[in-house]
Amino acid sequence: MNLRPDPTFHASPKLAMEAPVENFAFTIMLGKNADQHDGLAVIDLRAGSDTYGQIVHTVMTPTTGDEFHHFGWNACSSSLSPLSGHAFLERRYLIVPGIRSSRIYIFDVKSPLESKIHKIIEPEEVFAKTGYSRPHTIHCGPEGIYVSTLGGAGPDGTDGPPGIFIMDCESFEIIGRYEMDRGKQNKHYDFWWNLPQDYMVSSEWGLPPQFENGVVPEDLLSNKYGHSIHFWDLRARKNIQTMDFGENYQMALEIRPAHDPTKSYGFCGVVVDTTNLQGAIFTWWRDDDGKWQSKKTITIDPRPEDPENLPELLKGFSAVPPLVTDIDLSLDDKYLYVACWGLGEMHQYDVSDPLNPVLNGKVELGGIARETKHPNGKDFVYGPQMVEISRDGKRVFWTNSLYSTWDNQFYPHQEGGQMVMANVGDDGSFELDPDFYVNFPEGTRAHQIRLEGGDCSTDSFCYPSV
Amino acid sequence: MEDVSLAALWWAVIFSGFYHGINPGMGWPLAVSAALMERRPWAMAKALGMLALGHFLAMIGILLPFSLMIFLVERETEIRFGAGLIVVTMGVYLLINRKHPKILARIHPARLALWSFLAAMAHGAGLMLVPIYLGICGLLEPGNVAASGHAAAQSLMSNDILTALTVATVHTLAMTVAGSLSAVIVYHWLGLKFISRSWFNLDTAWAVSLILVGMFGMWSAYSGH
Repeated sequence: MNLRPDPTFHASPKLAMEAPVENFAFTIMLGKNADQHDGLAVIDLRAGSDTYGQIVHTVMTPTTGDEFHHFGWNACSSSLSPLSGHAFLERRYLIVPGIRSSRIYIFDVKSPLESKIHKIIEPEEVFAKTGYSRPHTIHCGPEGIYVSTLGGAGPDGTDGPPGIFIMDCESFEIIGRYEMDRGKQNKHYDFWWNLPQDYMVSSEWGLPPQFENGVVPEDLLSNKYGHSIHFWDLRARKNIQTMDFGENYQMALEIRPAHDPTKSYGFCGVVVDTTNLQGAIFTWWRDDDGKWQSKKTITIDPRPEDPENLPELLKGFSAVPPLVTDIDLSLDDKYLYVACWGLGEMHQYDVSDPLNPVLNGKVELGGIARETKHPNGKDFVYGPQMVEISRDGKRVFWTNSLYSTWDNQFYPHQEGGQMVMANVGDDGSFELDPDFYVNFPEGTRAHQIRLEGGDCSTDSFCYPSV
Repeated sequence: MEDVSLAALWWAVIFSGFYHGINPGMGWPLAVSAALMERRPWAMAKALGMLALGHFLAMIGILLPFSLMIFLVERETEIRFGAGLIVVTMGVYLLINRKHPKILARIHPARLALWSFLAAMAHGAGLMLVPIYLGICGLLEPGNVAASGHAAAQSLMSNDILTALTVATVHTLAMTVAGSLSAVIVYHWLGLKFISRSWFNLDTAWAVSLILVGMFGMWSAYSGH
């Protein structure tokens, strides 16, 4: 406990944008195969440092087969609401779940260069206390740390629906399930919320047998992956509305609400429309009657390609689907970045008018059957995937791995992990930085990135940017 | 001499109100947030009003049982000593258990009166007033109930209840003045940055305050105040 609020807690998104910039990035490394160790890489972002843009510290796990994926902080700017009662927590711990093993690692990154493992929660404890498995998204919120899971009970995670559980934000003890009334929700992926407006939105990927050994083409073509998002009364823990985008909108993944808490809208990325292989972004909002609405506001077309150049899975389609696997919204709610992991592109949309996004910039890098090189001449394997924006919106970082078995399906002849950065000018220009290129150690893949002091997909704010 | 003591106790009621009011943890930033969220200053007044209502009810909820007790039970000294002991115990408990009560996080953000009531209860804000209140009663009506006649006893009870209401009102007014000033100054001049800058961890000071006030109550029970 501090005597003052942590200096990285900011009342509003605007104050977070004006705060000192990040000095380090924390990037998840996962083993190339299930028999290798995962870990956390600390990357130096201090301007003028001799080791700028290099991995300056790594912490490897003693276990194997965890498959680190998404992760988050123990505390964020939402602590500045008197309602939370947590004003004096430190932003100090990263909670990193293994989505294959259901083991949860807590890293202490108070001194980034001396980051270390603080606690390990064994899978058995997760199973016993929650009946859920395969923990995924982390957000710190009312009552503690919320963790979404992709699986229910049983060996293959299909015994009962997956959901969210809550952990104590100081002791990291698992408290128990979140849901009082889940309604139609029977799959899970991401979730986020608007704390003052007291709503939460959750999304759907698929059940563990649908992703653990790679995408199941029959399930995809018969539209069996998730295609709905769910709106919740956050504190009453009740599903108040389920919105089905339509069964062809397969894999509704990342939920990005506007950061300014006065706004009642956000975005959701859909990996693939099975009728035409397009990628899609839906804008969702609450209308004047309090009902949630949504509209498809961005579509990204597939690229025709000679089947000879395509992986087995795509040969029959003679095309490269965009595969929208991650999206991220800048803190001023102006730019939405959309990773097209299949095409090998990172798109930047101006979403000042959330119902009419405009493509403002685009970077090509990697991609199926295109393999665009980095401006420094080096390879970028796979395609742009997990994306993170600096709080001030001027730097956009991304890595390339999606999920081990899916990497192998879509990019069967590639391996490796890279993290790159693009600069965003005051005029909105969006270009790769030729000098920033992090190559991850042999045998590891690179996944989600967290920035020291918070970033654009972690912090929730309780005061508007006025 | 007794006038001076009485004045000191009333000042304690007022100062504890300022102390509660100025602490962001008791809610004034929620009034700033409400004004910004709804984009009209009236929302701030409404939020402050709800916070005050919850706080007042928490105060009166604690003080009234004590005012009834000192009327109904003859052992006034023992009650005052016991009350002091309860307050000390609450202080020690808060000193040891630093965990924030989770139930507070389940309240809908718009239900500020309920939140304010439960937050004051959970942190023993009403208890802090008990020894001061009993001290005031003792000074206003020296001697205990048993010594008075039946009619006098009834007027004593209504006096004690009136005193409880006055203590709770004065305290809540002081709290609301301090909280409102903080909220208005931050909203109009200092900006949101001031919320994180002005927030100090008072958990320890708060617990120690309870212990000190409780010890005062125990001491004053026997010293005749």
